[in-house]
Amino acid sequence: MAQMNMIQALNSAMDIALSRDPSVVIMGEDVGYFGGVFRCTDGLQRKHGDHRVLDTPIAEGGIVGTAIGMGVNGMRPVAEIQFADYIYPAFDQIVSELARLRHRSAGDFFAPITIRSPSGGGIRGGQTHSQSPEGIFTHVCGIKVVMPSNPYDAKGMLLSAIEDDDPVVFFEPKRIYNGPFDGDPDKPARPWTTHPKGEVPEGHYTVPLGKAEIVRAGTDATIVTYGTMVHVAVAATEKCGIDAEIIDVRSMAPLDVATLRTSVEKTGRCVIVHEATRFSGYGAELSATIQEECFWHLEAPIQRVAGWDTPYPHAFEWEYFPGQKRIINALRTVMEA
Amino acid sequence: MIQKSRLHIPHPPARPGEAPDFSYLKISAPGEVPRPDVNTPAMEMADLAHSMVRVLKDDDKTTGPWNPHLEPEVLQVGLRHMMLTRAFDDRMQRVQRQGKISFYIKSTGEEAVAVAQCMALRPGDMLFPSYRQQGLQIARGRKLVDLMCQCLSNTRDMCKGRQMPIMYHSREGNLFSISGNLTTQYPQAVGWAMAAAMKGEDNLAASWIGDGSTAEPDFHHALTFASVYQAPVILNVVNNQWAISTFQAFAGGGREPFAARGLGYGIPGIRVDGNDFLAVYAVTEWAAERARTGAGPTLIEHVTYRASAHSTSDDPSRYRPKEDSESWPLGDPIKRLKQYLVQLGVWTEKQHKALELELEKHASDSWKEAVTYGTMSEGPALDPSDMFEDVYKEIPEHLKRQREQMLAEGGK
Ligand SMILES: Cc1ncc(C[n+]2csc(CCOP(=O)(O)OP(=O)(O)O)c2C)c(N)n1
Ligand SMILES: [Mg+2]
Repeated sequence: MAQMNMIQALNSAMDIALSRDPSVVIMGEDVGYFGGVFRCTDGLQRKHGDHRVLDTPIAEGGIVGTAIGMGVNGMRPVAEIQFADYIYPAFDQIVSELARLRHRSAGDFFAPITIRSPSGGGIRGGQTHSQSPEGIFTHVCGIKVVMPSNPYDAKGMLLSAIEDDDPVVFFEPKRIYNGPFDGDPDKPARPWTTHPKGEVPEGHYTVPLGKAEIVRAGTDATIVTYGTMVHVAVAATEKCGIDAEIIDVRSMAPLDVATLRTSVEKTGRCVIVHEATRFSGYGAELSATIQEECFWHLEAPIQRVAGWDTPYPHAFEWEYFPGQKRIINALRTVMEA
Repeated sequence: MIQKSRLHIPHPPARPGEAPDFSYLKISAPGEVPRPDVNTPAMEMADLAHSMVRVLKDDDKTTGPWNPHLEPEVLQVGLRHMMLTRAFDDRMQRVQRQGKISFYIKSTGEEAVAVAQCMALRPGDMLFPSYRQQGLQIARGRKLVDLMCQCLSNTRDMCKGRQMPIMYHSREGNLFSISGNLTTQYPQAVGWAMAAAMKGEDNLAASWIGDGSTAEPDFHHALTFASVYQAPVILNVVNNQWAISTFQAFAGGGREPFAARGLGYGIPGIRVDGNDFLAVYAVTEWAAERARTGAGPTLIEHVTYRASAHSTSDDPSRYRPKEDSESWPLGDPIKRLKQYLVQLGVWTEKQHKALELELEKHASDSWKEAVTYGTMSEGPALDPSDMFEDVYKEIPEHLKRQREQMLAEGGK
């Protein structure tokens, strides 16, 4: 086992994929010679060559459009969209083409593409470097949408995504690239070496897509969350003394309903936490699903903790960010009901 | 006089009730345009984008350096493919009018583009068409029955009822799945070509869009990526003058030809008489040689005319003169190739008429067969639960549940 942060874990996954499978191609803005603005592809071009780790024009629609053509021609492109905030120019190629190609051609054509993109806030990025657009993509049938919350999952899930014959949109919570973040910006940064999931095998392994993980067992309530908010939820739970079970969804689509059901049937109370804005957010799908599955076990209305329905503000990041306080309040609300 | 900024609104030269006017078209004399070496840098052959490659003359003879010197047998095959395309279109238009299919799009007047290009390419080349290149399907040997079954969404539909009529595909035929979203196939073709080059294969990709579709951002994406990576791709703009009711100047601005858009990217642009089978063939052969010898992409503008309505849902008499089509100065591609063959002495009016009848019968026989595999109103029918397949490679849990629910509800 090695100690890796999330960037190193993702880098290791791509390095292994490039080494194992000649059809894997890495492509994106600044990913080649420079190694990516977040360094996720550092050294890969030097090792695997500039035909396999491609710097691309700044044209997200072009990146995904050409990746689809490559995928149809037997390649397995891993395309980086530099920030999730810049994925929208590629939206049509993702939604109308990538997601539906297999279906519309009755299985005759498909493009096994992974689209990696750093998402989420807490990095002083303002409204154009902080968004969490996963809910926009989970509404699209034909793509898988996932987000790891630690280096071990990041590597294993990225290898699964690359090896998957379905297209995967792989969001990377960039606030926790370098270390787990508990939602308190005033605390000194913690590196991944302090976290058990910072231990990552050097070789090939996969973490299956479509499986949630219970990161903390508990009996009082269930917190359903993913990405950065997993760590905030853990800290909030420990602070308030409510024995919450915390589920890291990991795969938003397809969703591991069974794990959610089992937990909420046991606790009878549920808080859903995500950074993304609340209205029509992914939490609405989670809430509806849990209500349908577990209604007769519920002791209290499901609570949602989310980003406010405003653009992500630069100056008031911590008022916006759904931090520990908001999670604790929601936990108290479900406990008091 | 005080100069003020002003807004320019393009206008077509003639509206309904007015006399057709094609004086805006720049047409070169047949044989006039030189044929440069395929490795010539784009800017040194910028004239190709502003002139018009033509081979067939008004006296039905050929001339000039672009003559592809095809054997009469090859030309007869081309003529047959074009005539079959037209017969197929006419049959499908008729069955749409009878309510047998929901929708159809004809390619009348533009048959030379798809047919000559397909014949100038190799079977391993991957084609990314728009909805108006049925000639590609026919020239690649797809059976009319198969195309008709797609339009019927019946049990033999290669799309399994998942796409509206005309959105064909064929994996064996290297014909990519047609999308209803304009221009999306353009960067995809470039990506396919990039992969071919990465793998060291010498197949190329070719894609087609209309004049109106050049305004989409994917046009720019495709040209940018093709230029940057010198992808072995042929990018075609079929300028049939109209985008539904919108004159081509609304996409092109009307000052520079679409072919010239390649030049800013360093991609050779070449403008060709799209109704001249020989010229289209020659230009495609030239572009294919460029692609296969590492000289990179080519942008071809085919100047042609959409002789029919945009689709069965359109009525062009509301926005352009009725006589426009007959006045089109570049004539009809089938008629022109036929006259050339007659002039050569390898084809007669009688043979032509007989072939027309044979192909009409072939289309009508094919239709009779196609409907035995199901129609929109009569069986056999596709299994509706099949819609849950191929969303993903494996059916996920939630779709299994939805399928069960649909079956339990017992259908409609
Ligand atoms: C992205 C998108 N926008 C609009 C449409 C609706 N639409 C279908 S065909 C068409 C006109 C296209 O004209 P052109 O590109 O010139 O091709 P042509 O039909 O003449 O072959 C339009 C606007 C569409 N299918 N896709
Ligand atoms: Mg047009």
